[in-house]
Amino acid sequence: MKYLRQFSIILLISLMGEVLHSLIPFPVPASIYGLALLFLALTSGLLPLDKVKETGYFLIEIMPLMFIPAAVGLLGAYHVLLPVLLPYSVITLVSTLLVMLVAGRVTQFITGKEAQDE
Amino acid sequence: MSEFMQNSVFWGVALSFAAYGIGMMLQKKFRLAIFNPLLISVILIMIFLTVSKTDYRIYQQGAEVISYFLTPATVCLAIPLYEQMELLKKNFKAILLGILSGVLTSLFSVFAMAIFFGLDHKEYATLLPKSITTAIGMGVSEELGGYVTLTVAIIIITGILGSILAEAACRIFGITQPVAKGVAIGTASHAIGTSKAMEMGETEGAISGLSIAVAGLVTVAGASVFAGFL
Repeated sequence: MKYLRQFSIILLISLMGEVLHSLIPFPVPASIYGLALLFLALTSGLLPLDKVKETGYFLIEIMPLMFIPAAVGLLGAYHVLLPVLLPYSVITLVSTLLVMLVAGRVTQFITGKEAQDE
Repeated sequence: MSEFMQNSVFWGVALSFAAYGIGMMLQKKFRLAIFNPLLISVILIMIFLTVSKTDYRIYQQGAEVISYFLTPATVCLAIPLYEQMELLKKNFKAILLGILSGVLTSLFSVFAMAIFFGLDHKEYATLLPKSITTAIGMGVSEELGGYVTLTVAIIIITGILGSILAEAACRIFGITQPVAKGVAIGTASHAIGTSKAMEMGETEGAISGLSIAVAGLVTVAGASVFAGFL
């Protein structure tokens, strides 16, 4: 029963996310609205953590699996990918590493500075 | 056999789980980042489909069920975030500025290299949303006139790349704080990277999950500006 209830609550919030997505004309996907809703429900105390915790962590744990079908779909895109393969590979690799470097170091720099100021 | 596959409800799902299981076993055994379970399972399934001469669409039809859980799973990223609330409050400014600088780096580096390689507008617009979550990225690419299918492919490749490189990159770049690691991984490689961050630690995972949402939204605005540059 516990897991059934937890899963129902998570589905209900996902559904509310979809409703918001269809009502608000921003390019924000349903899942992000849902994430915000669940976060608000938890922080406001409306929804106690133990009503979603176990099932939530289970879903997060199996999340990588959910990308398999879309990733296998690359088989259908490779004829469009092939002509731009070299520039796209270089850009993707370099830019991904640069983003990690900058985002990580900037965050670390500011937290370090704030700790010093205190 | 292919007729069975078309009618079967479970083979696509079963194949995905089995391939992922093998991927996890290999990762456990070799402890190398390149043995990423997602990467391994995708390669195994691609080999299987090619050898058995099965159309990937038949596989996708069967396996699609798994993708339906992506929305509820993303919603649940709010749970670790809530549990790390204190950290989030304490480092709010650093996290926000970190994500912001990461998004700008992503857009600017794509722009600079697009010029270097002489890409046209369509090819350039396809790449702009590469670091954000698929659901938002598809919309951005469409809006800016990119190839949506190709954008989805690049987003997934970026995610897998991010999760393979995450640990080594943090080490080499001297990113040692869990919060900073989370920002780096989530901003660079969205939800696929986040599942790696979850493995690295609760804080890394929670902050990485938050970064998906924030980086996605900032990119929507930023990419429309950058799209005008080329």
